[in-house]
Amino acid sequence: MFLFRLKRTAKLGIKSLWMHRLRSTLTMLGIIFGVCSVIAMLAIGEGASQAAQEAIKQLGSTNLIIETVKPPEKQTDTGKVETVHKYGLTYTDAESIRNTIPDIQVVVPIREIAQQEARYLNYPKVAVRIVGTIPWYTEISPVQLIRGRFLSSIDLHHQQNVCVIDEEVARKLFIFDDPMDKDVRIQGNYYRVVGVVGARASADGQNGFGNDKTSLTNPSGGVVGNIYVPLTTAKTRFTELASSFSGGSQSIERIELQKIIVKVDSDEQVLQMRDILDASLARLHEKSDYHIVVPLELLLQAARTRRIFSIVLGSIAAISLLVGGIGIMNIMLATVSERTREIGIRRALGAKKRDIIVQFLSETLILTLAGGVLGIILGSIIPFFVTLFGRMPTVITGSSLMLAFGISAAVGITFGLYPAYRAANMDPIESLRHE
Amino acid sequence: MAVVDTRKLCKTYKIGSVQLPALCDVDLKIEQSQYIAIMGPSGSGKSTLLNVLGCLDRPTSGQYWLGGKDVSQLDDDELSLIRGKHIGFIFQSYNLIGQLNVIENIELPMFYQGFSEEASAEHARELAILVGLGDRLKHRPSELSGGQQQRIAIARALANDPLIILADEPTGNLDSESGDEILNILDHLHQQGKTLIAVTHDDSIAARAERTIRLFDGCIK
Repeated sequence: MFLFRLKRTAKLGIKSLWMHRLRSTLTMLGIIFGVCSVIAMLAIGEGASQAAQEAIKQLGSTNLIIETVKPPEKQTDTGKVETVHKYGLTYTDAESIRNTIPDIQVVVPIREIAQQEARYLNYPKVAVRIVGTIPWYTEISPVQLIRGRFLSSIDLHHQQNVCVIDEEVARKLFIFDDPMDKDVRIQGNYYRVVGVVGARASADGQNGFGNDKTSLTNPSGGVVGNIYVPLTTAKTRFTELASSFSGGSQSIERIELQKIIVKVDSDEQVLQMRDILDASLARLHEKSDYHIVVPLELLLQAARTRRIFSIVLGSIAAISLLVGGIGIMNIMLATVSERTREIGIRRALGAKKRDIIVQFLSETLILTLAGGVLGIILGSIIPFFVTLFGRMPTVITGSSLMLAFGISAAVGITFGLYPAYRAANMDPIESLRHE
Repeated sequence: MAVVDTRKLCKTYKIGSVQLPALCDVDLKIEQSQYIAIMGPSGSGKSTLLNVLGCLDRPTSGQYWLGGKDVSQLDDDELSLIRGKHIGFIFQSYNLIGQLNVIENIELPMFYQGFSEEASAEHARELAILVGLGDRLKHRPSELSGGQQQRIAIARALANDPLIILADEPTGNLDSESGDEILNILDHLHQQGKTLIAVTHDDSIAARAERTIRLFDGCIK
C-alpha cells in the first residue's frame, strides 16, 4: 500500500517534471552546480590538507628539530674585528642534551655540508650535499634502505671513510656501474659506498627534515641528493669554516652542527620538551642562533588552517546551494499556480492537504535529488581534472559525497515546503474554478 | 432513511463588511436511489448548494446529514475523507488530469482511499468498460472527445461507490448527441439504484429526473 503510494507519487512527480524538461533542467542546474562545488571544494581542500599532513608526518610528530640560524648582526660589533664569526649548535650542545635531559629516546646531531662535488672515476661530477650523522639517524627519519646497510657505530667509532648515497645520486654517479663497494671521491678523499637509500627521504633535494627555513640557509639549488657519512668522518674531513665575500669584506663563519634532532616517546611530551630544550640551550648560547621546530605544532597549525579553509569553501558552496534552492522554490511556486485546477480536482476527489503537500514536496525532492546525483557525478570529475592539469592533490571522501547528497535533500525539503504548503491550503472551490 | 437531509441550511458569504446570503434555510431530503435535478437562474445559489452537498464547503449554519452522519461541522481532513468515500463529482468541464491516462484518472479517488495497486487497476478497468471506453485505457484525456472525457469523469465518480453522485451541468460543454449519451448513462446509473443530484439549466435533464428542485435567491420554491 505504502509502496504503491510512494511509487505513484514518484511516478507522477517524474512525469510532470518530464513534461517541462527544459524548465526542470534549468532549475536543477542550480543544485547541480551547488553540489558540484561542495564536492570539488572539499576534495581540493582535503587533498591539500592530506598533502600537508603527509609532509609534516615525514618530519615525525614525536621529533623536535633544533636548527642553527644566523643570529642577527649587532651594530655595536662593528668596531671590533671578528675574524671568525662562530655561531650555531655545537657538539657540546648535543652531548649536553643527551646527558642532562631525561625522557629523550634519541639525540641525532647532523652536520650538513652543502654544495660539494662528488665524482666516480672520470665520470662527470655531481653536486651533492654531505650529511654527517650517526647511525641512529634511521630512528628519526623514514630512511628507506634499498641496498646494503646504513652507517654503523663501528663506522662512527673508527671515522671510516664510508658513505650511504641517495638513489638519485647513485643513478647520476654510477651511470654504468653497480654503486656497491665502489669509491666516491669528494674533496680528494675516497668514500666507500656501503648502502643506497630511497630518494623519498631526500625529497626535493633535502633530507627528511627539510623545510622552508633550512632551504633558505642551505640553498639546495643544483644539488642532486644527499651523501651520508659518519659524523666523526665529516668532522675530520670537512672544514667547519665557510667563507663568503660581501661588499669587499670577507666574512668567515664557523658552524659545528646544522641540526640536532631530538626524539621523545610520545606526542604529549613534545611541547613540554620544547620548553626544556629551550631553557637548557639558552644557558649555553649567548646569541639566539638556534631555532626549535616542532612538527607536531605544524600539524596542529595545519589542522587549524584546514578548518578555516573548509569554512570558507563551505560557505561559498552553501551560498551557491542557497541560490539554487531559491531558484527551485521560485519554479515550484510557478508550478503550483499553474496547476491550481489539478489541485482542486484532487481535493474534490478526496485528497487531504497532506496528500497535496506530499505530492509537491516529492516533486521538489526528485528535482533536488536528481540534481544532487548529477552534481556528485560532475563534482567527482572536476577534482580529477584539477589533479591532472593543476597538479594539485585532491581527495574525494565518502563523507563529502554523503554530505552533498544530504544537503541537496535538505535544500529540497526546505525550499519545497512553502510551495507545497501553499498548494495544500488553496480553497478547493476556488481552485476548481481556476482557469 | 434519507441519504441527504438538510435542516435550515444557510450559507452566507462575507465580502468586506457586507453579508451576502447565498443559501437560506434550505430543507432538503433526498432518498436513496432518487434522481434529483436542481434548477434555477444564475446567482440563485445552485453552485453553493452543490458545494455544500459535496462537502467542499461548510454551511454557515444549519445541519447536513449525509448517510445519517452530521457533516456540517467537520474539519478539513474529515471532509476530504467524506468526499473521497461518499461523493462522486461530475463537472461541466470534465476536470480530468491531463498528465494521467484514462486508467489513472479513474483510479484517482481509489488512490486517495488507499486501495492496493492491483485492486484499483482492475476496478478502474471495469468502470472504463462500463462507460464504453474499454479500448482507450492508455489514452490521455486530450486525445479523447468531450463526450468520451465526460464518460471517464463518470467512471471516476463511480470509483468509490459513493452515496451520492453530484453532477454540475454534465452536458453543458457537449453537443446534443454526446449529451444524450451522457444522460443515458446517468439514467442507467439511476436504474441501478444510484442517488443522482444534477444541477442544470437544461430542461431535458430535468425531464429525466424524478424530481426537480427550483432555487430562487437561495431558497427552495
